[in-house]
Amino acid sequence: MAGLSLKRAAVTAGRRSLGDREGLLAPLFLLPAVIYIFALVAVPFVLAIGFSFSDVTAGDPSFDWVGLDNYRAIFDDPVFWRSLRNTFVLTGVSMVLVVVLAKALALILVADFRGKWLVRLLVLLPWTTPISLAAVAWLWMLDSIFSPIDWVLRSLGLIESNTFWLGKPDLAMASVIAVQTWRIVPLAAVIIMAGLISLPKEVDDAARVDGAGFWRKLWEITIPLMLPVIAVAALFGAILTFTDMTVVYVLTRGGPNNATQVLSSWAYFKGIEGGSLAQGAAVALFLFPLLLAAAIAILRLVRRMRVS
Amino acid sequence: MPEPRRAGNGGGPEQRKAVVIEARGLKKHFEAGGEVFAVDGVDFATREGEYLVLLGPSGCGKTTLLRMLAGLEEPTEGEILIGGHVVNGLPPRARQIAMVFQSYALYPHKTVLQNIVFPLKAEKMDKKERRAKAQWAAELLGIGDLLNRKPRHLSGGERQRVALARALVRDPSVFLLDEPLSNLDAKLRTSARNELRMFQERLGTTTIYVTHDQVEAMGLGDRIAVMYEGKVRQMGPPEEVYEHPADTFVATFLGSPPMNLVDRGDHLLGFRPESLLPAELVPGDGSRTIMSLRVSRLEYLGGERHVHGIVSGIAGETLVIARLPAGVDTRVDPGETYEFAVQERDLRFFDGATGARTDPRPVRA
Repeated sequence: MAGLSLKRAAVTAGRRSLGDREGLLAPLFLLPAVIYIFALVAVPFVLAIGFSFSDVTAGDPSFDWVGLDNYRAIFDDPVFWRSLRNTFVLTGVSMVLVVVLAKALALILVADFRGKWLVRLLVLLPWTTPISLAAVAWLWMLDSIFSPIDWVLRSLGLIESNTFWLGKPDLAMASVIAVQTWRIVPLAAVIIMAGLISLPKEVDDAARVDGAGFWRKLWEITIPLMLPVIAVAALFGAILTFTDMTVVYVLTRGGPNNATQVLSSWAYFKGIEGGSLAQGAAVALFLFPLLLAAAIAILRLVRRMRVS
Repeated sequence: MPEPRRAGNGGGPEQRKAVVIEARGLKKHFEAGGEVFAVDGVDFATREGEYLVLLGPSGCGKTTLLRMLAGLEEPTEGEILIGGHVVNGLPPRARQIAMVFQSYALYPHKTVLQNIVFPLKAEKMDKKERRAKAQWAAELLGIGDLLNRKPRHLSGGERQRVALARALVRDPSVFLLDEPLSNLDAKLRTSARNELRMFQERLGTTTIYVTHDQVEAMGLGDRIAVMYEGKVRQMGPPEEVYEHPADTFVATFLGSPPMNLVDRGDHLLGFRPESLLPAELVPGDGSRTIMSLRVSRLEYLGGERHVHGIVSGIAGETLVIARLPAGVDTRVDPGETYEFAVQERDLRFFDGATGARTDPRPVRA
């Protein structure tokens, strides 16, 4: 019997197929991802750094070293500082709103009631819409003459004349924040919902038996246990908001008078529309340290979730 | 029937009022691909200060029953009474009960102290008082030095004690325990079982304990309710359910190895493996039933020997197990046939169709 199995082992070893050769398969399967990351992430990133120390423009692509001139120029530009501040305000305020709304929506998503599929569909719909189309729709919603929001408010007798949502600096910023929040909430709600579902059922039962009502349970048990998940949702949302220029570009083009200009839109206007690739690259690079910090924070949180 | 054990007359903070918990026609209906009654008409009443064990295989409805008593599930039909009051529809916090879960369900982000004071916080007890109460419960359970640890730094046994302390602090009138020992390793389980029992005797609180482990049930319960398919098949003190099982399910669920059942047409003849002994060890000519046993296999288990074999002479050939204690050194070899016997008083009779216990029948044809 031992002889037989030995013989069989020898036979199969002779016919080792490609599927058995992990030493070869592993690099083969990794290659597309490596090429992708190198060609579409690493190269543009290095290029951007290079451009930011050069005088490259759309009209004159030849590379001349200018040192920190581009950085000096953008530091002297008040629009840059305005954009930087706006970026933080937009990201910060919309993430606070996103977390609160997404937490509430997540509770609705996990609840069991009649017609829950319709509610779930409606909650997820904003996320499935292409952001540029959604932003165009919002452009009409916030239009200075045809805004249905104004129409409703007027019918209710709350306003007398049109609001000019996108025409006044503060209202324009509020509008951009609202649309950005509207867009990120479904994603955050789904992430938080996944966290809610994975909470141990018995802990929730124990809290009920221990006499905790809805609010005590929410604040003392559910939210603390879900903090890592909520943080991941907020960080994902923050990255998407921080780097997004679609909403600003479609709604306000950074206006009125740069009141809603953010780093990414300002980089675009400078580098692509204005043709100054070098200065655009320098502006865009300011996104990097923050994105790096956010990415590290996410990776750490995910690891903590796995450990606990 | 043993008297339910009560707390001593010492008084002090450990003196609890013992309360009766009662179920009347309790049903729970789940719709999961067809109609399923998880609990299908359960009636029982505990005695004051009693330790009642709900015993049954997994899926028999015992945990659902316990969750209904706790108020975590609403019954489809029937009433629950705690201390004489109907509590249907009342949330868990209004029922004066405390529950220990199988996983202990400690709050992982809170320290041991914060875990224990949580129910008191919900009662809005003031900070100093609840701290003192938690200290008292922790000392009682021997975890006074762990108060600042987080649950993940505790051993299984310590977690169980924290869960008990958390249940204890709010002076519940009933303890509900859902398989609290099943997450402990076998060695720890025996000592934890003793502690649980001593602890309850000291407090005198009515306790309902759910388990699928018959050893736990026999060792802990004043009475055992054996459940199967949503119904209580028999309820009584451990000796009674073991010695006089109400039907073939109880007879074969309790005991390891289970009761031997020999099919005799319209009825079944049952006898425990320990009652089936070599004939020369069973006294009384007229009051014993002799059968011949062809031994097929022998298991040596240290303290005892299990003899697997086929009996004949009382019915058709049937596979049975005899359990010989260490003191019995009669030589038994596989392949041989021996005379074994059972005392008449150790024979049980069950209806062939329903499996329910019936009156004794003559064994000899």
